[in-house]
Amino acid sequence: MKKEGEIRIPSGCAISGILNKNGERINGEDIITSIELMRDRSNGLGGGFAAYGIYPQYEDLYALHIFYDDLVSKASTEDFLNRHFEIETAGKIPTRKKKGIDGEPLIWRYFVLPRRFKLHESELKESEYVARCVFRINGHYEGAYVFSSGKNMGAFKGVGYPEDIGRFFMLETYEAYLWTSHGRFPTNTPGWWGGAHPFTLLNWSVVHNGEISSYDANRRFVEMYGYDCTLQTDTEVITYIFDLLLRKHKLGLKQAVEIMATPFWREIALMSEEDQKKFEAIRAVYSSALINGPFSIILGFEGGMLALNDRIKLRPLVAAEKGDTLYVASEEAAIRVICSEPERVWSPRGGEPIIGLVEGRR
Amino acid sequence: MELVAKGVYYSDLNEQIKQIAQTPGEIDVKEVLGHRYIGCGLTSHTTLNVFGTLGNDSACYMDGATLQVYGNAQDGIANTMNDGKLIIHGSCGDIIGYAMRGGEMFIEGYAGYRVGIHMKEYYEKIPKIVIGSKAGDFLGEYMAGGRIVVLGLGLKDNEEAAGRYFGTGMHGGAMYIRGPVCEALMGGEIAKKELDADDKEFLTQTVADYASYFDTDTSEIKIDEFSKYQPKSARPYGEMYVGE
Repeated sequence: MKKEGEIRIPSGCAISGILNKNGERINGEDIITSIELMRDRSNGLGGGFAAYGIYPQYEDLYALHIFYDDLVSKASTEDFLNRHFEIETAGKIPTRKKKGIDGEPLIWRYFVLPRRFKLHESELKESEYVARCVFRINGHYEGAYVFSSGKNMGAFKGVGYPEDIGRFFMLETYEAYLWTSHGRFPTNTPGWWGGAHPFTLLNWSVVHNGEISSYDANRRFVEMYGYDCTLQTDTEVITYIFDLLLRKHKLGLKQAVEIMATPFWREIALMSEEDQKKFEAIRAVYSSALINGPFSIILGFEGGMLALNDRIKLRPLVAAEKGDTLYVASEEAAIRVICSEPERVWSPRGGEPIIGLVEGRR
Repeated sequence: MELVAKGVYYSDLNEQIKQIAQTPGEIDVKEVLGHRYIGCGLTSHTTLNVFGTLGNDSACYMDGATLQVYGNAQDGIANTMNDGKLIIHGSCGDIIGYAMRGGEMFIEGYAGYRVGIHMKEYYEKIPKIVIGSKAGDFLGEYMAGGRIVVLGLGLKDNEEAAGRYFGTGMHGGAMYIRGPVCEALMGGEIAKKELDADDKEFLTQTVADYASYFDTDTSEIKIDEFSKYQPKSARPYGEMYVGE
C-alpha cells in the first residue's frame, strides 16, 4: 500500500475548533456535531480530532498514541519504547464498532516519561528528547506511527468521515477545554490512517484545509533543523514550522504569524519605518518559513488555539464568541449548530490570526 | 407554503422546493442551517423566504426568483445569477456574485472577500450588488460589467469600506464606494472618476431601495460622498505578452 508522499493529494476539507477560555472541559459531542454538519466537505477518506485537557490523571506524562500495522511492528517499537521511556501505563485506545470504519490498525496508547539516564546521556531537553524519539519511530520502525505525543492532550484520527471516527473513538467519554477537528477531502488517497489530520508533535496539533505550494521550500527549511518530513504532506510541515518557531526559537504566536503569513512587499512599503525594518528582517531571515498557497488552519496547543488563513484568504474561516467560548469553523452553520445565539460572528482577514488563550495556561 | 429544513438533507430540501416551485407562489423555509444550493435556477414566479443560515452556492444560476434571507449567508452565493432579486437581512461570506450576469443583490451588513469577481453585463442586463457596510479584499476583481455599490454604513474607526486590491484586473462596469479605502493598494487597472448625473440618479434610487428593503434610516448618506471607480481600459492585459 502506498503511503502519504508516494501519491499526490490535493485536498478540500473542513475544520472546526472549540475553546473554553476558562479551561472548563466539555465532552466530544459538540465537536462531532459541528464537523458532522460539514459532512459534504469531506469524502470519507480521513477525519480526526485533537483534544486538550483529557488526561488530568496523567498530566505530567507524555501520552503516546501509536498506530501499528501488526504485532511484529508493535513488538519492535515497544522494545524501543522500553529502552527510552519509563512506561507508567499502556493499553489499547478504547474504540467501538462503527459502520463505515474498518481496516483500522492496532491503536495503542502509552503514558511515559523519558528514562532518566537516557535523557541525561542525550544532553537534550526533555521535549527535544521526546520529539527525537517520535521521529525515530516514525522514520525507522516500519508499520509503526506515533500520531500523538503531547501531555494531557491527544489526537484521534483515521480513515472515514470525521463524525464516524469521533464515535469510533468514543469521544463523548473524553472531556477537553479545547477541541479541534478535521474532515478530509483528498481526491486521491492511499487511505492511510496516519495521513488523516490532525498532525501533531508534542503539544502542537494542526488541522488544515488547503494545499500549500511552498511545501518544498518549507520542507528544506525545517529539515535543516532536524525535522524529518516522513509523510511529505503540507500539514506535517506546517506543524514542524510552528514547533520550530514557537518551541525552539521561542517566538510568540503573533511573530510566528508574521513569518508564516507575512505581508506583501506592496503592503510593507506603506508601513511605518520601524515596521518596514521589522518585516524586511523577517522576510530575510525566515523567507523559507513563509507559507504560500491556499490554507485555513487551526493550531492547537496547551494554552489555547490559533486560527489562520493564507494572506489572500483562499479558504473559508469563520469565528464566533459566546461567553467564554471561542468557535472557529469553515462554515458559519457549523458553529451555529452547537451555539444557537453567538454574541459575535466574524470572518478574519487573510493573514489575520484569531488567537484564543486559556486563563492560567501558557 | 412552509418547509422546515432542520434534519433534512440539502438535496431532499431542494427537491421539495423545486416541486412546490412548479406552481407560482411564496415558500417559507424555516430552520435552514448551511443547506447548500437553495434557490438555484429558480424562475420568476417564486418568492422564497429563508430563515437561518443560507448554505454555500445558494442562488446560483437563479433566474428571476426573489430570495429573501433572514440571517447570514455563507460562501459562493449567486454564482452566475441571471435574473431576480436576492435580499440578505444579514451579512455574507466570500465569493458572492461570481460571474453574475443579471438581477440584483442587496446585503444588509458586510460581505467577505472577492465580491463580484468577473461580473458582466450585456445591453439591458446589468447586474447589481449593494453592500450595506463593507466588503473584503479583491472587490470586483476582473469585473467585466455591472454595478457594485458599498454604502459604508456603521464603519468603525480605521475600518475601510473596501479591502485591499479592489478592482484588480477590472475592465468593465463601475464600483461606487462610500467611506475610506486604501487607494495605494487598489488594482492598477482602475481610476477614480467623477460622478455624473446618471450616477447620482442611480445611487439615489439604490440607497432608497436599500432603506426600504431593510427598513433602515439612510439619511446620513450624501450621494456626493461616493467615489466611483472604473477601468482605465477595456482590455488591461492586451499587451501583457506582447514585445515592447
